[in-house]
Amino acid sequence: MAQAFQGYLRADGRKGVRNVVAVAYLVECAHHVARAIVTRSDDPDVHLIGFPGCYPNAYALKVMQAVTTHPNVGGVLLISLGCESFNREQLRTTIEASGRPVETLVIQESGGTAATIARGREAVARLQAVAGQTPVVPMDVSELVIGTICGGSDGTSGITANPAVGRAFDRLGAAGAACVFEETGELVGCETIMASRALTPELGLELERSVQKAEAYYTVMGYGSFAPGNAEGGLTTQEEKSMGAYSKSGSAPIVGILKPGDQPPSGGLYLLDVVPDGEPRFGFPNISDNAEIVELIACGAHMTLFTTGRGSVVGSAISPVIKICANPETYRKLSGDMDVDAGRIMEGRGTLDEVGTEIHDLVLAVAGGQRTVSEALGHQEFILTYKAFDPIGPACLPLRRAS
Amino acid sequence: MSLILLHPDDNVLVLSAPIQTGQVLTIDGRAVTAQVDVGVGHKLARRALAVGDKVLKYGAPIGSITAPVPAGGHVHLHNMKSDYIASHTRQATGSEGH
Repeated sequence: MAQAFQGYLRADGRKGVRNVVAVAYLVECAHHVARAIVTRSDDPDVHLIGFPGCYPNAYALKVMQAVTTHPNVGGVLLISLGCESFNREQLRTTIEASGRPVETLVIQESGGTAATIARGREAVARLQAVAGQTPVVPMDVSELVIGTICGGSDGTSGITANPAVGRAFDRLGAAGAACVFEETGELVGCETIMASRALTPELGLELERSVQKAEAYYTVMGYGSFAPGNAEGGLTTQEEKSMGAYSKSGSAPIVGILKPGDQPPSGGLYLLDVVPDGEPRFGFPNISDNAEIVELIACGAHMTLFTTGRGSVVGSAISPVIKICANPETYRKLSGDMDVDAGRIMEGRGTLDEVGTEIHDLVLAVAGGQRTVSEALGHQEFILTYKAFDPIGPACLPLRRAS
Repeated sequence: MSLILLHPDDNVLVLSAPIQTGQVLTIDGRAVTAQVDVGVGHKLARRALAVGDKVLKYGAPIGSITAPVPAGGHVHLHNMKSDYIASHTRQATGSEGH
């Protein structure tokens, strides 16, 4: 079957599957102005992103640099209040260096709310005109980065949707795509099994350490990565949820560990370590599912495979979300929010291989431009909060070290 | 088929459809009467489980038994716990974590 589709070739050589103009607020005080510009643009490819904090944070800058230079992005408008500490000059320099058009509006110097919204709409039109000139070129599955996340998990997730994503990941990874799974807090209890799949013993040790870090962090927080809905849906413990979540990773060797904003240096299967390093400082590692989706996108994910049992409805800015429903009862209630009915496995109306193939084929269709359900419904969630990370160690990326 | 055995070593089964109180189920060839309503995705004991037993699902330990469970009994927060991090419910949110 055809593995090739058309993508957008950026000046930095990366290829995207969407051509988004991102409007980014650099502090909550600029959020309304940025949102008004996006809303009045009324275009499914003009997206709102941003960071709410007024205090500087290296992680937030790194993630904003990564998402504004994401291959799905064709142009960026930065909306600053003016007095916040976000390093808007460095962000602008990074975007310019990537060859993407970028404009900055500072509300305090642009005549306030109404004038900045008006100027912002003009800026979006200019950015869209430039983005519209982006060459469209053939793109191969091996050039894709695919993320996966589970949200609203229940007792069906680990039996249907998650292992079906694992089958799709095995195929996509074998074809050369970079496949990224995450949430080390939801791998507590499977660290030893996971480590045995590492490409090198040193990487295996790092995988175990990343989960131990997550366990220690969540213990300080007082809660595991476990919501009341998980229990209502039949999951009893963190390690039970973990075993189900872990099956999203499929069966391929794990070739590396990434942290938010790191780009996978090759195809194959990666773990994204989302739990901050050092003493817990800024609260929960991921306050909701979209925080993890943003981190997958910061690692270059062209799209995210989102498995859900209880029934999440979210999508995302920048990169499409494909929603795979694990629970047949949930699917009947929320079919209008789901791309794939994996719960049919539970009722004997399909097999893991069939659903895995459906997910694989849908990834290629969405890469080729087909809108996902959440895209069509206008979901463009984005959330970014404070965190702190140390850079990854040399044992985390054995393929880069070898090359 | 309403009960799924995910791994031959497992001592719990997963419901692929909800069951009602009084419904008769067959577990490993023996008839068992459901004592409570239980929803899809929840676990039933494959055999009688004692305090301290490891609960096995996917062939891996997912916690320990804290109260005796008869064969066919619902295995959940009321009779098992994590060996790692305590789970919480909406009712317990805001109180001391347990």
